[in-house]
Amino acid sequence: MSLVNYIYLSAILFSIGGAVVLLRRNAIIVFMGVELMLNAANLAFITFARMHGQLDGQVIALFVMVVASAEVVVGLAIIMAIFRSRRSASIDNANLLKA
Amino acid sequence: MTFLVTAAAAEPGAAPAYAWLLIGLPLLGAAILLLGGRKTDSFGPLLATGLSWASFVLALPLLFAMLGRAPEDRAVEHVLYSWIRAGSFQLDAGILIDPLSMSFVLLITFVGSLIHVYSLGYMKDDPGHVRHEGHTLSAWEESRQPSERRRFFAYLNLFIAAMLLLVLANSYPLLFVGWEGVGLASYLLIGFWNHNPAYATAANKAFIVNRVGDMGVIAAIMAMFAAFGATDFAGVGAAAAEADTGVLVLIGLLLLLGATGKSAQFPLQSWLGDAMAGPTPVSALIHAATMVTAGVYLIVRSAPIFNNAPTAQTAVAVIGAVTLLYGAVVGMAKDDIKKALAASTMSQIGYMMLAAGLGPAGYAYAIFHLLTHGFFKAGMFLGAGSVMHGMKDEVNMRRFGGLSTFMKITWITFGLGWLAILGVPPFSGFWSKDAIIETAFIGEGIRPWLLGGAALVGAGITAFYMSRLFFMTFHGKRRWSERDYHPHESPPTMTVPMMVLAAGSALLGLILAWPFAETKPIVAWLEPVVGYGGSEAEPVLAIPVIIALTLIFVAIGAFVAYRMYIQEDVPTTAPVGSWGTQAARADLYQEEVNRTLFEQPGVALVHGLEHTDRSGVDGTVGGLATWIGDLSSRLRRIQNGFARSYALTMLTGVVLFLGAVWVMQ
Amino acid sequence: MTTPLEIGAGETALFWILAPISVIAALGLLFARKSVHAALSMIVVMLIAGVFYIANEAPFVGIIQIVVYSGAVMMLFLFVVMLVGRDASDSLIETIRGQRLATVLVTLGLVALLTVVVGQVTWGGAVGLAATNTETGNVTGLAYLIFGRYVWIFEVSALLLITAAVASMVLAHRTRLAPPPNQRAWAARRFREGKHLAGLPAPGVYARHNAVDTPALLPDGSISELSVSRVLAARSQVASPERFADAQDEIEREIEEGSER
Repeated sequence: MSLVNYIYLSAILFSIGGAVVLLRRNAIIVFMGVELMLNAANLAFITFARMHGQLDGQVIALFVMVVASAEVVVGLAIIMAIFRSRRSASIDNANLLKA
Repeated sequence: MTFLVTAAAAEPGAAPAYAWLLIGLPLLGAAILLLGGRKTDSFGPLLATGLSWASFVLALPLLFAMLGRAPEDRAVEHVLYSWIRAGSFQLDAGILIDPLSMSFVLLITFVGSLIHVYSLGYMKDDPGHVRHEGHTLSAWEESRQPSERRRFFAYLNLFIAAMLLLVLANSYPLLFVGWEGVGLASYLLIGFWNHNPAYATAANKAFIVNRVGDMGVIAAIMAMFAAFGATDFAGVGAAAAEADTGVLVLIGLLLLLGATGKSAQFPLQSWLGDAMAGPTPVSALIHAATMVTAGVYLIVRSAPIFNNAPTAQTAVAVIGAVTLLYGAVVGMAKDDIKKALAASTMSQIGYMMLAAGLGPAGYAYAIFHLLTHGFFKAGMFLGAGSVMHGMKDEVNMRRFGGLSTFMKITWITFGLGWLAILGVPPFSGFWSKDAIIETAFIGEGIRPWLLGGAALVGAGITAFYMSRLFFMTFHGKRRWSERDYHPHESPPTMTVPMMVLAAGSALLGLILAWPFAETKPIVAWLEPVVGYGGSEAEPVLAIPVIIALTLIFVAIGAFVAYRMYIQEDVPTTAPVGSWGTQAARADLYQEEVNRTLFEQPGVALVHGLEHTDRSGVDGTVGGLATWIGDLSSRLRRIQNGFARSYALTMLTGVVLFLGAVWVMQ
Repeated sequence: MTTPLEIGAGETALFWILAPISVIAALGLLFARKSVHAALSMIVVMLIAGVFYIANEAPFVGIIQIVVYSGAVMMLFLFVVMLVGRDASDSLIETIRGQRLATVLVTLGLVALLTVVVGQVTWGGAVGLAATNTETGNVTGLAYLIFGRYVWIFEVSALLLITAAVASMVLAHRTRLAPPPNQRAWAARRFREGKHLAGLPAPGVYARHNAVDTPALLPDGSISELSVSRVLAARSQVASPERFADAQDEIEREIEEGSER
């Protein structure tokens, strides 16, 4: 088996994550979709690191994790705030942008 | 006084520093009266009159100092401050005092001050504001009414200041400031009784027609700046000597346009008749003696330009000749005493323009006639005002007649003015007008015959219409009833200025053209400024022949008038008359011509523009707006506010972009 | 140094077992009705990802993935799910017209595009990290990079974390406008309003059962609706007291029968 399969897997997981973001209405699950996409990207980074024999890819994956966790913290806080004021975690309800 | 003279003499070549007070004093008066409010009501008119006289008194030491210098040293200049500085261009605001400007200063301050005095009497009972019928004001309300006399005198002072600035300026831009200032004062004074819409319209008309001429002056100044890089008189005069003739002709014609506007010359003459809407002293001062002659001043002052631009000079002469006939013809048919005088003014200024267009030979005579005209025409206007004062503001001469017994002083002073304008020797008009006619006959080919002939015929017509005016007013049967009118002589404040002006009408010509001197004093006086003014060449007719012909024409004109208006009864309502009379009565259809030539195309243009604006511009803009609105309302549906939709759009974009990149590889 | 991209049989087996599971778990995220199930699917995906990291010679990142991601981040998610509770938005019914079809098409397009592109790439050989990991050690190597070449990124990410922590506190903070009412205040209010002076009836307490979701019975045998929380009533999670009453009746009947016997 080739290492490239990891890349294929990463692409598939990334696409599923994207579909989750687009299809689910619950903000929490949408967020999980985002996390899934980030993880898929991380998988690709790790694989590339192995291919090139350098650790930089792994470092980048670590930084992605850091950024992702920061994003999760803020994002979940926002979801909580929205839920508190609207009694709903549906991102379709947060449509004040609507013209 | 003596110390002033010595101070002026101590510094040759420079005007004394106090010269600006000539302008400053009347301006101060205007400022005090306009800003001082009701507190100045009591002393305002007197203050204005006093300041005007002060300006005249101030001019006297300057005159004496000038007379004390050699003729070639008489022009002095006093720089007030650096006015415009831009790159290499520098323009100082300064006062130029030379014989030409001094002549004007004396005329303006002297006649102006006399008219101030006259106005003290004439405007005494003027309510100046609307009196509603059947509504009497309480004492308190009366005290709250704005004093219009104060406003009147403030404008008069403003006019004196602006006119002095005009003639004392040392550069065209500064002259233009005064030029606009007198235009403003004229506008304000014509529309002084602006509660009457017709008068307000007349003021607007004068202002707007003058703007056309002002465009010419501005364009001329721009052309000077472009061609010479200088706009002061000295710089322009020096540059004009070696400038291209074509440029000089252009500048000359533009200046002529300005002069026709300000001096009511053909084709911008239409405003002067309507300008009689203003109070009579205003008509006397501004629209007879001083402001309307500013055009002549402009031409004479620009002598260096016109001397080297024969085409422009000829144009000036032709305009003058056309206008003098035009004004004379119109004057024959007018029944309104002031409008007849206005037509006469137009005609007389035509004489001046004609003289100014004759080159160095005529400049001095143009100014000479301007000075004598300033006296006799102002005197006659004041006389007309006196008649109106005694006749309940009636202006229709067909309702006058036989007033000589009731207004003796007015009759005599007016009569002196009449004799002067007719050119009867030895009254002043004889000396000035005859000199112009003689000069007009100088030249070669058909030109002297046309110009001289026009001047000669004009003199005859002038005699007719001025005699008609004089006879209809003061002689013949009384065409008014004792019941309605109580003609009476005017108070001394009015008659004294009239007498002074009448004396000037009688004697000024004789003094300035002293026949026993080698050269006429006025010619010698102005020679340093305008060049030699004597007759270089002989006229095509012998001078005695010309004088004789002129007098014959004048006698015929006066006799016809005598036959028509003393020996025959004058109908109180104007007869229909021949087509010629009708045309003259309608100002030779100048309004109709203006309307057809300028107003109707303008209106059509505006209509067209409006249509274009509405259907074209508005249609385009509105259509674009509607189209964008439709597009936006369609695009708005994309903006449904759902974050997921936006995310879908984003992802679609990413996929398309990546796809494009991939395809292109 | 360069070896082919091929990997060993053990890892191949690992991949073919775990990869489908992770894809199925990811799809579970897409199709799960309840957010808790989605979160659990997510944890599965992350655990498998951690395993793959370790298999890809990245032990440190793999461990971090398992500990930090599946452990901390997903716990955070579960907490929020717990706070928010079940929500109408869990429903899979699509409300935006055309969204589902477009998403499916775009996603398939993305998958196709990525697959094709990855398939077209000419891969060189794989270097592998075995040498690095054994010589300097994985963690030491990463530390050299993080505190060496990437130290500024590290510092900035630290700043980012601090900012995010403060931001989340600000967002989650709720200012009380009035002090929370204590028992005394509640009692005062009851008396002021003149209702339920003795307090609301307690929920049902039965001989063998005591539950807040079971309403108390009034003397006439009917249900006291005041005795259960309105929240439970709204969620229709109120249990019926019938069976307890029936059981009691049964016992009483048996006792009566026994005494008669």
